[in-house]
Amino acid sequence: MKKILNTLFVTLPDTYLSLDGDNIVVKQEEAILARYPLHNLEAVCTFGYAGVSPGLMGACASRNIDLTFMTRTGRFLARVIGESRGNVVLRKEQYRISDDDKRSALVARNMIIGKIYNNKWILERATRDYPLRMDTDRMKKVTASLAGAMQQVREVEDLDILRGLEGAAAVQYNSVFDELILQQKKDFYFHGRNKRPPLDNVNALLSFAYTLLSNDMKSALEAVGLDAYVGFLHRDRPGRASLALDVMEELRGVYADRFVLTLINKKLIHGKGFYRKENGAVIMDDDTRKIVLKAWQERKQEKIIHPYLNEKMSWGLVPYSQALLLARHIRGDLDEYPPFLWK
Amino acid sequence: MLILITYDVSTVDREGRKRLAKVAKKCVDHGQRVQNSVFECILDSTQFRRLKYELEELIDKKEDSLRFYNLGDNYKKKVEHMGAKEAYDMESPLIL
Repeated sequence: MKKILNTLFVTLPDTYLSLDGDNIVVKQEEAILARYPLHNLEAVCTFGYAGVSPGLMGACASRNIDLTFMTRTGRFLARVIGESRGNVVLRKEQYRISDDDKRSALVARNMIIGKIYNNKWILERATRDYPLRMDTDRMKKVTASLAGAMQQVREVEDLDILRGLEGAAAVQYNSVFDELILQQKKDFYFHGRNKRPPLDNVNALLSFAYTLLSNDMKSALEAVGLDAYVGFLHRDRPGRASLALDVMEELRGVYADRFVLTLINKKLIHGKGFYRKENGAVIMDDDTRKIVLKAWQERKQEKIIHPYLNEKMSWGLVPYSQALLLARHIRGDLDEYPPFLWK
Repeated sequence: MLILITYDVSTVDREGRKRLAKVAKKCVDHGQRVQNSVFECILDSTQFRRLKYELEELIDKKEDSLRFYNLGDNYKKKVEHMGAKEAYDMESPLIL
């Protein structure tokens, strides 16, 4: 399995990134802030309006380093993509599946099974670990209904029915998500998902974590030669990385939601680190964003055993390994797409 | 793995100074300058072999010398820093 390399996050808005030899050089008004060799990086992610030289864009594209631009609040703006990797045959097959509703449904339903399975496991694990701190009866009811939903999804061959079941399962899971927040309840609570803009601290964190995960997912898909913008479950829309969103479904819970819960429950972040704009949007301040990014990077280094590949790897490689398995399925080497079922 | 590279390039003539600049540039491309002619590079074994070969091509073996110290993957325990110019850790989160 490949090695996970580092990601450089640039959160200072008045910086300029350029290329010098094989180094990325970060400048702030002509003063050099930092210099890193490119071969140690796999992604560069900028927040705010950091400028980048065309030379560096080219170097990143040719070395398959993912260069992403986001707003200060973490909303995705653009990314630099080089020549498509992998082979055309694989991508054409991907497009064929995407055009065929039934074949799309067969792949997408495995992803949804993965999602429901993982979310159910998150709830079961929490109920087992903290039986006295949550409404166990309510949790048991939800996990039972998730188990039922999983049974139904297994049989579905129609995309719209699949979307309906997925939505219903998400509503169930969201209805008890607040129970999983064990600390700092005054500042962190979950009364339902809202986005664009997020209206409370937890939703702001979730949105940010999903953006980070989708960036990792997009570059993983491109790295194995798939087109991140052509999906099976999510419909095509210009600028939307539908396939990345598809594969992300199974990872949202175990990867992003649990990450957010850890930040809150371990008190790594505090309510003071968030502020509200006039339109109600909740935004984290610069220090909090740095804490979140640091924790995200550290999380990526943690080791797990991949349940399907049975191989020890870091969490950061899970998006890549799922992209690899999906490519193998599309190529015909695997009869079905094996979702990531967390243990 | 972490490779520590140190060099001594003779600068008595113009040719030597040219070689020094080239060697330094090559090292900057691959790692972090921790002291004037000391570099720390995080490389895999392929990258290390290539770098070694490229540096060998640059120097004049009668005048100059190169030394490579392989500190392996668990290098963090083996390096201690004192004084000015604290180095950054290439494998910890890079957030500016």
